[in-house]
Amino acid sequence: MSAFEAVIGLEVHAQLLTRTKIFCSCAVTVGGEPNTRTCPVCLGLPGALPVLNAEVVRLAVRAGLGTGCTVQSISVFARKNYFYPDLPKGYQITQAELPVCLDGQIVLDDGKVARIQRIHLEEDAGKSIHGDSGTRVDLNRAGTPLVEIVGHPDLRTPDEAVSYLRELRGILVTLGVCDGNMEEGSLRCDANVSIRPIGQDAFGTRVEIKNMNSFRSVRDAIAHEIGRQADVIQDGQAIRQETRLWNADLARTESMRSKEEAADYRYFPDPDLLPLHIDAAWLALQRADLPELPAARKARYQGELGLDARAANWLCEEPPRADAFDRTIADAPELASAFAPFLMTQVQAQLQRNDRPWPEVDAAMPALLRICRKWRAGQLANKMLADLLQTAFADTAQPLPDALAHAESLAGAVVSDVAALEPVIDAVLAKFPGEVAKYRAGQKQLVGFFVGQAMRQLAGKADAQAIAALLADKLDA
Amino acid sequence: MTATAHVEACLSRIAARDGEIAAFLHVDAEGARARASALDAQPDRSAPLHGLTIAVKDNIAVAGQPLTAGSRMLAGYMPPRDATVVARLLAAGAVLVGKTNMDEFGMGSSTELSGFGPTRNPLDVTRVPGGSSGGSAAAVAADMAWAALGTDTGGSIRQPAAFCGLAGLKPTYGRVSRSGVVAYASSLDQVGPLARTVRHVARVYAVIAGRDPLDATSTDEPVSAVTWRADLAGLRIGVAREHLAAAEGLDADVKQRMEAALDALRTRGAVIVPVSLPHTRHAIAAYYLVATAEASANLSRYDGLRYGQRAPNPQTLDALYTHSRADALGKEVQRRILLGTFALSAGFQDAFYQKACRVRRKIADDFTQAWQSCDLLLGPTSPVPPWRLGEKVADPLAMYLMDAFTVGPSLAGLPALAVPVGVDSQRLPIGAQLIGRAFDEATILAVGDVLQRAFDPTLEVA
Repeated sequence: MSAFEAVIGLEVHAQLLTRTKIFCSCAVTVGGEPNTRTCPVCLGLPGALPVLNAEVVRLAVRAGLGTGCTVQSISVFARKNYFYPDLPKGYQITQAELPVCLDGQIVLDDGKVARIQRIHLEEDAGKSIHGDSGTRVDLNRAGTPLVEIVGHPDLRTPDEAVSYLRELRGILVTLGVCDGNMEEGSLRCDANVSIRPIGQDAFGTRVEIKNMNSFRSVRDAIAHEIGRQADVIQDGQAIRQETRLWNADLARTESMRSKEEAADYRYFPDPDLLPLHIDAAWLALQRADLPELPAARKARYQGELGLDARAANWLCEEPPRADAFDRTIADAPELASAFAPFLMTQVQAQLQRNDRPWPEVDAAMPALLRICRKWRAGQLANKMLADLLQTAFADTAQPLPDALAHAESLAGAVVSDVAALEPVIDAVLAKFPGEVAKYRAGQKQLVGFFVGQAMRQLAGKADAQAIAALLADKLDA
Repeated sequence: MTATAHVEACLSRIAARDGEIAAFLHVDAEGARARASALDAQPDRSAPLHGLTIAVKDNIAVAGQPLTAGSRMLAGYMPPRDATVVARLLAAGAVLVGKTNMDEFGMGSSTELSGFGPTRNPLDVTRVPGGSSGGSAAAVAADMAWAALGTDTGGSIRQPAAFCGLAGLKPTYGRVSRSGVVAYASSLDQVGPLARTVRHVARVYAVIAGRDPLDATSTDEPVSAVTWRADLAGLRIGVAREHLAAAEGLDADVKQRMEAALDALRTRGAVIVPVSLPHTRHAIAAYYLVATAEASANLSRYDGLRYGQRAPNPQTLDALYTHSRADALGKEVQRRILLGTFALSAGFQDAFYQKACRVRRKIADDFTQAWQSCDLLLGPTSPVPPWRLGEKVADPLAMYLMDAFTVGPSLAGLPALAVPVGVDSQRLPIGAQLIGRAFDEATILAVGDVLQRAFDPTLEVA
C-alpha cells in the first residue's frame, strides 16, 4: 500500500441559486407535489423551445471569476444524447467543447494549488423514484440550473480532496452561486480515483465514484477506493475502468457500470440555442462586483485580526458564519482573536449538545460577544461561563439572544475582592500542608491545584486571577 | 363577403372534395363557424387577416386541436398551447379551419409518407401534391382555405406550392418563431405561408414574422414592408448555372418555363446575370446529414413515456423504448433517425456530421459570393413536375434528389419563394424559386408578384 500514491480529480455539480429554471420560467424549488413545477419546456413537449435564463449566466460567471477561471467570450450549448425516463427530451442540454469558463484553480489549506479544468452550464434531469409498484418519475427538478466544475487530477490524498471541496464550497456560497447543501444535493461531488507506484508519471486506470453526499463520505469513499485498488493490484489483478457507487451504510464502493457499457453521447451543438456571447464590459462589471473571497478573508483574519489558522479556516467554511462574525467584531476588533475560538469551541459544543443548528448563533452573535468580553475581562469565571452557556442553549422557550441575556442575569457577579477570597484561601492552605511544603520546595505548578481547590469552595464563581495573585502573596512571601 | 359565408364556402369544399384529396387530418368546423360569427359581430374589420380562413400544417400547435405531425406516435395528443404563429394569426383576425396532412415529422417530399395516408394533388388526383406541406398546399389549391401555414426544412413549403400552382414562402431562418412547432431539424425549420398569390403570402408573412421571446433563434431584424412594383428596372437577377444550364436531371418543360420566366423579367427591366453556386452538388448530402443528425435528437422525446404511443406490456425499459418507437414511427422516420444517429456517432462524427457542417458553410459562402453581382436568384423549385402517387415512394434516394434546388437556401438560411410560372405540356403547374439575401423577403416578394402577374395578368392584386 505504501508503495502507491493516489491521483484524485473531483467533478462538482453545484445547483445555481436562481429563482427560475435554466431554460423556462418554472420556479426552482425543493420538493412540491410531483410534476407540478413544470411547463411544456421542462416536460419536453413537442414544439417547446429552451430560452436561456440570464441569471444563470451571471452566476456561472461569478463561479468562474471566484475560482480564477478565464471566462470565455463565446461558449456553446450542446446536446448530450441518452434515453432515460427522467430525461424528458432524450438529451440533456449541457456545454461540451466550448464551456463558459476554463483554467481556474483552488488553493488548499496547506497552500497547494489544485487546478480547475473547466466550468460548464447544464440542466439537471428529473428524479426517478423506484418503488415496489414500479418506477415513478418526478420532473420538478428537470431544468434546474447547474454548473459542473471539473478539476484536474491534482489531488493526492482524501484530505486534499476534502480541502479542495471545502474551499470550493466556501467560494460558491460566498458568491451566492450555490447554497452548498450537500445533504439535499444542491452540491454534488463525483471523484475520479486512480493509484500508481510512487515515482511513476503515467496515471493508472481511473475509477469514478458517485453518490457521496457529505465531506465525510467524500473522505471515506476515496480512502476506501484507494485501499481497494491497492488490494486489487497487489493480488496481481488489473483495475477495471468503471463507475462505482459509495455505499455509506456498508462503507464500501460498489460497481455500477463498466466502460464497456458506457454510452456514446453523440454531443453536438444545440441548434435551439445561439452561442453564448459574454461581453468584455459586462464581464468587467461582474469582476468589480465580487465580494471578499474565502482565501482573502482567511488571510485578513490571520494577518489583521490575529486569529490562528484553525479558527480562520473554521469561520470561512460557512460564509454566513464569517459574515456574522465580521459584523459583530466590526466595533471590537481587539476581541476577534478571543471571540473566534470561543465560537469554535465553547459555542459549537453547546450547539452539538443541544442539537441546535448553527444559523441561530449568527443572530445571537452580539450577545455572545458581550459574554465573551466579560469572560475575558474576568467578570465571568470559566465555570460561570460554562453554566451560563449551558442554561441559555438548553432554553428553547425563547430566542437564543433572549435566552443568553436571561442566563447572563442569573449568573451573578464574580467574586474577586480580597475580603471574600482570603478566608477561603487560608482554609485551603491549612487543609493541604503537604502540598504547601512541596510548592515551597519548588513544585510551583501546584498553584493550579490550590486555585482549583479554592474555586471549588467558591462554586466556581470566583476570579481565578485574583485567587492566583493572593496565593502568590501568601505562598511566595 | 362575411366571414361566415367564406367559412361555409370552405367547409362545403372540404365536404365535397376532401374525402378524395385528404388534405386535412382534422377539420374544426364548429370552431371555425363560431369564430366567423364572432368576427362578423365585430364592428371593427381592420385586422389584417379579418375573417380569412387559414389551414395549419399539423406540426404546428393549435390549442384544442390534435397535434400529430403526421405521425401515429402522436395520435390523440392535444397540445396545451397555441404556437406563437397561431397566436399571431388569431390576433390578426384569421379563422383556423383545421390541421393539414404532411409527411411524418416533415420527412418526405410527396405527403405519401404520412402515418395517416397520402394527400392527393387537387389539380390531378393521380399525382402527389408535393411535401412535406402537401396537405396545406392541397387545401389552398382546392379552395378549402384562403391560405395555409406550412413548414420548410429543405423545401417543404416551396415544392408543394410549386406542385399545386401556388405561391409559398420560406422566410429567412430566424424570421418566424418556431415555438410550438414540432421540430424536425431545428437549424433549418421555418414556418411560412402558402397561398394563391404572392400578395396573399405577403399578408400572412407580415403577421407571423418577427422576434418571439419564446424562440432564442428568432431575431429582431426589422421586418420591412414590401414595396410592390410595376417594373423591375435596375434589378439584377442572378441565374446559377448549377440550377439551370448545368443542372442534372432537369425536366425539359421545367427548363423551358424558367427561360420563359427570365424573358418575362427581362421584358420588365431586370438584368439577368449568370452566377455560379459551385457547391450545389454537395447540398443534398450535407442537408441529409445535418437534418437527420438534428432529427435523431429532436425525435428522442417520442419515447412512449410521457405522451404518445406506448407499446403494451414491455418487460424491460429497453423493450418499452424499442417497441414503442419501432411500432409507432414510420419507416422513413426510422431511416432518418438511424442515419442521423450514425452521423453523430463517436468515430464517425467528423467524417459525416462535422464535414456536412463545413460544406454547409461553403454553400452559404457561395450565396454570399453571388450577392456581389446580383440582388436575388431565380431557378426552378423542383427539377420535375408533380409525379404520380407511388412513383418514387419505394426509392428514398430518388425522392431525396428532388430537393436539389431547395436545400441550398435552407442550409444557407436564406429566404426563398416559390412562384407559379405557368404549366407544362401536360398542364401540370411549374414553380420558379426566387432566393433572396438574408432578411430581404421584401425583394423576392416584390419580384415574385411581378413574375406571377406576368403569367396570370388577370390576377387580382388585392
